[in-house]
Amino acid sequence: MTSAPATQDLALSARGVRMEYLDRGTRERFVAIESLDLDIKQGEFVTIVGPSGCGKSTFVKLVNGLLSASQGEILVRSVAKGKSDAMVFQDSALFPWYKIIDNVSYGLVCAGVSKKQAHERAMPLIKLVGLGGFENKYPYQLSGGMQQRANLARALCVDPAILLMDEPFAALDAQTREVMQAELLRIWRGAEAEGGARKTVLFITHQIEEAVFLSDRVVVMSARPGRIMEDIRIDLPRPRDLHVKRTPEFQEYQEQIWQLIASQLKAAASQFGGSKE
Amino acid sequence: MTAGTQMVAVTSNAERQRSRMPRWYRRREASILSFSGLAAFVIIWQLAADLKGLDFTFFFASPSGIIEAAGKEVQLPRFWDDVATSAWELLAGSGVALGLGVPIGLAIGWYRRVGFMFDPWLNFFNALPRIALLPLLVLWLGLGTEMKIAAVSLGAFFSIVVPTAQGVKTVDRNLLDVGRSMDASQGRIFTSIVLPATVPYIISGIRIAIGRGLIGVVVAEFYAQTKGIGVIIVKSQQALNSDRMLFGIILFTISGILLSYATSLLERRFQKWRPGQDMEE
Repeated sequence: MTSAPATQDLALSARGVRMEYLDRGTRERFVAIESLDLDIKQGEFVTIVGPSGCGKSTFVKLVNGLLSASQGEILVRSVAKGKSDAMVFQDSALFPWYKIIDNVSYGLVCAGVSKKQAHERAMPLIKLVGLGGFENKYPYQLSGGMQQRANLARALCVDPAILLMDEPFAALDAQTREVMQAELLRIWRGAEAEGGARKTVLFITHQIEEAVFLSDRVVVMSARPGRIMEDIRIDLPRPRDLHVKRTPEFQEYQEQIWQLIASQLKAAASQFGGSKE
Repeated sequence: MTAGTQMVAVTSNAERQRSRMPRWYRRREASILSFSGLAAFVIIWQLAADLKGLDFTFFFASPSGIIEAAGKEVQLPRFWDDVATSAWELLAGSGVALGLGVPIGLAIGWYRRVGFMFDPWLNFFNALPRIALLPLLVLWLGLGTEMKIAAVSLGAFFSIVVPTAQGVKTVDRNLLDVGRSMDASQGRIFTSIVLPATVPYIISGIRIAIGRGLIGVVVAEFYAQTKGIGVIIVKSQQALNSDRMLFGIILFTISGILLSYATSLLERRFQKWRPGQDMEE
């Protein structure tokens, strides 16, 4: 094994992952992910961007085990405590019949922790995400941004080695979204201070700006069938705040990624003969 | 133009009209008006009966006539026996419908194969006017209470099974994903996700089932004529006592209202998490 020394500090390793769907209506197979190789180091914040339908959401579901790949393998580091990975869902997906504290501690209760203990362990996370005082509210009593904070706390509560985030801010308005991006970085550092090891994050978005702002690495995927076009390291100093978005370096990264995705969109458009360029 | 330079505060039309009413009225407007509507109807009914000066008891009794008949009726031990019989038939029948309907509905919704097996039967019984089965029930169970309980359950059962199964089938897939993602056991997914998501469907099923169950009691008692409020109505009709008859009808109506109210309490108990439950003023 030539890769043996390198795997030591890997949190996730995907090799030749292929995902095909069978359309029940047309009986046609279509390929969501062509062949995907991806390594993520422990503590790294990696974002996958790509046009819609490129299979990026499918990939996190594969990592989470909600789907199983047609071919290839995904390895995640096994952990002594906590879960290997946990998902922050797209539309908050909070249980409307549970109070915030029961939503946040849900994963622990599923793992067999007593309700009382689970609540005790959930409280610091509720405070970390800025929902202190709202633990006894029902989800409908919270705004969209607050619901996403609870969604994030629920995933953090099981102490995952990898945090999977599937377009978590897509449904938020532009301003709340910016606030949540900065908050996510704060919480990421906060969780590090509390749990010791820095969490590995795999983040999915179609917003280039969001990807550059948050990540150590941005992985750009092609239009369907999805494959990796480019893996870009973002060398912007941390801790970052929203001001970094105004710097020329930031805008260069954004431009570079935009060019890659635009080429994909152009290719797709010319297939339909609609491109005028 | 200098004529338009004066500034005037903006008030809505509705606001200006409402503000003429006294405060105590504005606060309870809805209940005051609905009570007045009811009272006006009863008064006109009474006046019409009095002015005519004719005794129309055998066609259509006046409100005071109904109250009088009710006063006599409640002194009879037989009356209380009738009420108890009807109440028992209704409660036991609804209990059976609920006790069978909810688990079967959950199974149909949760296990695809069970659903396939039950589907033709549900369609069959949905198309069938179930009252038509009454003679068959009499043949099997006789004219007694058991037959009536069966008639009530038959009426109410499908109103509970169908929405319950529907509720299970339409559980938000994202929420099921959350459960799976957290490695929840099938049992926990069922109790923590499927069941709570289905409760609103079950409760709206119960609402419809109440009406269906009441029809079951009434028709079964009309048909068998052994005991119960339904018998009071039929016997009064035969004796041309419209006052006692209307009293019986009112009793059925009241039991419908009481059961609806009980359902609302159930709803409040189980749906605290739904928007609007705690916003009532």
